[in-house]
Order: sequence, then structure tokens, then C-alpha cells
Amino acid sequence: MLTITTFVVVTVIKIVIALLVLLTAVAYTTWLERKLVGHIQNRWGPQRVGPFGLLQPLADGLKFIFKEDLTPPYVYKTLYIAAPILSLTLALTSISLVPIGNWVTVGGVYTPLEITDVNIGLLIILGITSLGVYGIALAGWSSNSKYSLLGGLRASAQMVSYEIALGLSLVGVLIMSGSLNLREIVDAQGGHMTGWIPRWNIFRGQFVAFFVYLAAAFAETNRVPFDLPEAETELVAGYHTEYSSMKFAMFFMAEYANMITVASIATLLFLGGWHGPVFGPWWLVAILPVFWFALKVFGFIFLYIWIRGTLPRFRYDQLMAFGWKFLFPLAVANVLVTSLIVALQK
Amino acid sequence: MLQLVLFFVFGIIAVAAAVNLLAQRHPINSALSLIVVMASLATLFLLMGAEFLAAIQVIVYAGAIMVLFVFVIMLLNAGEEERTPGSRVAMLLGFPAVVLLAGLLAWTLLTHNPHPAPVELSGRFVGSPTAIAQLLFRDFLLPFEVTSVLILIAIMGAVVLASPAGTTTGPGTPEPPAKREG
Repeated sequence: MLTITTFVVVTVIKIVIALLVLLTAVAYTTWLERKLVGHIQNRWGPQRVGPFGLLQPLADGLKFIFKEDLTPPYVYKTLYIAAPILSLTLALTSISLVPIGNWVTVGGVYTPLEITDVNIGLLIILGITSLGVYGIALAGWSSNSKYSLLGGLRASAQMVSYEIALGLSLVGVLIMSGSLNLREIVDAQGGHMTGWIPRWNIFRGQFVAFFVYLAAAFAETNRVPFDLPEAETELVAGYHTEYSSMKFAMFFMAEYANMITVASIATLLFLGGWHGPVFGPWWLVAILPVFWFALKVFGFIFLYIWIRGTLPRFRYDQLMAFGWKFLFPLAVANVLVTSLIVALQK
Repeated sequence: MLQLVLFFVFGIIAVAAAVNLLAQRHPINSALSLIVVMASLATLFLLMGAEFLAAIQVIVYAGAIMVLFVFVIMLLNAGEEERTPGSRVAMLLGFPAVVLLAGLLAWTLLTHNPHPAPVELSGRFVGSPTAIAQLLFRDFLLPFEVTSVLILIAIMGAVVLASPAGTTTGPGTPEPPAKREG
């Protein structure tokens, strides 16, 4: 049993590590995106700062800090300042519930590889991400600019619509594992079927749900092909048109942090979490699960960027029709079929 | 002890945000205050051990319903409200009525239950998703389904009310194009 002091110390250490890792991942996701999209478009991408342009995120960060922080006149100041803070805070909070590996013993302390292990972790993550829309909506409204307002309106309509499909796509997985605890959901996916196929949910009939989740997650994070809220050809930059310097960077970081959260949830729910071949000496056994988890998240983010480099943007009415008339019925059908099969098996 | 402190902290935040909701002149500030009320209520649920209810409170109220409120305020681009002196009837009758009602409530509670049992703050509240699901979908299945039909009727009523007068079609059906002159 942990004493309260050890608990607080361990939790603070974990929070610091999680934030450092997440922010580094955010920085290097931007590097990866610029590099990959560059190669897709037959360019080199960043390559001047450091080897392979690896120090580019650092240069970007310095640039953001030293840029002039401009507050346009006629903005609704309180909310204008609060909006980016809200976005980034919520984006960073949701990662605290994502488990990246099993329980481990470090220095005599037995602790889960996440900041806290909650019974209903998935629901809390959904709750936090559902609040994320306020950052964007308030930014669009408080900027007092038509482009921002249109971007904010589009974002809130889009996120509310796709949240339904997103939530329903997860229900199939929840029915199969019978738990809302992310750790238990992952544990239910260990082992193999018929000898070699891993028992990941995506291979156990949840591939439709995975597709729905994929599409809805792209819309929730406002990424191509659903990046209508910041469509630069029509709206300049959408909801963050009037933002500069670090405030703009906060929106940017929030978007990438949300991408990582979404990729982590996909990994946990559909791709078997940290399960994968584990072998070798004890230190390899300890590291490999975390490595598999990171690899799957990386694969998902790679897919994100790949699609950004490939697909054009939807038109707004197409976006809404796709969400309500295709994804939503598909998700409902998946829930019905899954529950029928699970009920028949019992 | 810690739970009592947290209860008072979030209780005071909830009440203060509710008062702020009434006092603010800009609709968006009122909507945001309401979100704060919802979030503190969720925290109070959490303190009572009803974690599922807390999560649902945040997802449904703060994450869905209030987003629509904010959306409508943005869409209408509602400006600041003007402060009116208020009606005299409300001043003369309303405030005494509120005091009377509050007094009556307090008196009833105190006379009929003079020694209330200590409120369980960290209750062994049966609030797991399984328990709630079994209540909703097995023990109270019929009332639950009837409620959903009621909500469906409300939605249909809203559609009828919102559709332009004279048309029987819903707002989803496009109107026939108007004939052009010449």
C-alpha cells in the first residue's frame, strides 16, 4: 500500500514525464508532417536546421516565443485570451488517462504506466475531448472577425455531429470487452486466434467500427479531409485567423496533442494496446510493450499525415451528409450486429 | 475531511456561477457560467462516488447541450442585454413570495425531520455503469422506452413548429423553386 507522500511524489513525477514526452511528441509530429508532406509533394521539407531538419521544431518554438503577441482591437478580450488556454489545457489533460503499458515496479513502487487508472477512463477521455470544442468556438466568436466566426461555427457544428458517430463506434468494442476501463479493454485483447492472428478488436469483427472511428476522429481533430473550420482557401485560417505568436502556437499544439490522444485511443481500443511479441532479456521484456504501443500510435499518425497529403477537402454539405447519413447509420448498424452476436454467443 | 472541504469548495463555485449566470449581461457569459455550474455538479457527483454519473453529466450537459447553446448564441450574434428596471409586480410580490417559500421549506424540513442523519459524502452509492444499465434496461425498461417516445414526440413538435406556416413538409425538404417573371 502506498503512503500518501509516495503517491503524491510518484504522481508528480509521472505528470512531468508525461508532459515532457507528450510535448516532445507534439513537436516532432509537426516535423514529421512537414517532412512527409514534403516528400509526398516531391519536396525535401525542412532540412536546414540540424541533421534532416531535426532541430526545426526547436527553431519554430523560439520563433513563436519571440514573435509579437498582437491583440487586435474590438476583440472580446477575456474570452479571446481564455480560448487558446482552454484548448491546450483540455488537450494535455486527456492524455493523463491513457495507459501506455502494464503495471511496473520502479524503485520498489508498484505503479501503472499512466498518471491514474480510472474505472471509466474511456468516458472521462470522451468527456474532456467533448469540452475541447469550446476553445475553438469561443476563439471564433471572441475574435470579432467574420472568418473566425465562420470557422468557429463550422467547427462546433462538425464536432457535435461527428461526436455521435465517434461515440457509437466505440460501443461495439465496449460490448465485446464489457468494461469502460482502458486497461481491461486492452487486457481482453491479449493472445492469439487460430494460432497466429492477434486477438485485437479490429480482427474480431470491429473493422467497420474502426473505419467509422477513423473518419470521425479525423473530423473531431479538424484534419484534412475534414478541415473545414480552418479551410485556408475560403476562411484565411478559420477560428485562429486573429491569433498570433504563442496564442496561435497553443491552438497548434492542442491540435497535435489531440491527434496523439485520438491515435492512442485507437491503439488501445482497436489495435490491441501494448500487446505484441515480447522476447529477450528482462530489460527488453520491460521495454517492448511500450515500444509496441508507441509504434502503433506512430502508425496511426503516419496514416493521418499520409491522408492529408492525398485527399482533397470535402465541401461543407458533403461533410454533414457524410456524417449524418452514412457514418451514423453505419455505427448504429455495427452496434446492433455486435450486440446480437455477443448475445447469441452467451 | 478532505471530502468536506472539496464539497464546500465546489458547492460554493456552483452557487456563485449560478448567481453569475443571472447577473451577467452578455448571453455568452451566462452560457459559460452555466457550464461551470454543470462541471461543479459533476465534481460533486464524483465526490459522492457516482463517477459514471459525473462523466455523463460532463459529456451530455457540458459537452453537448451547452455546445448547442453557445452555437445558437454565436449564430444569432446576440449582443449585450439592456438592463431594465424590472416590473413592479415582481418587486412587490416576487421577493416576499421567494422568502415565504424558502421559509416554508426550511420550516417543514426542520419540524418533520429535526435530527437529520449525517449526509454521506463519500457514499457507497451504487453508480457503476452495470448497476445503472440493469436499472434502466431491465427493471425500468417500460418507463425508459416510454420516455424515449415522449422525447420523439417533442422533436416532432419542434419540427412542426419550426417549419414555415402553410407547409406540411419538414424543413429538410427543399421548397419548390419560385417561378421567375418573364
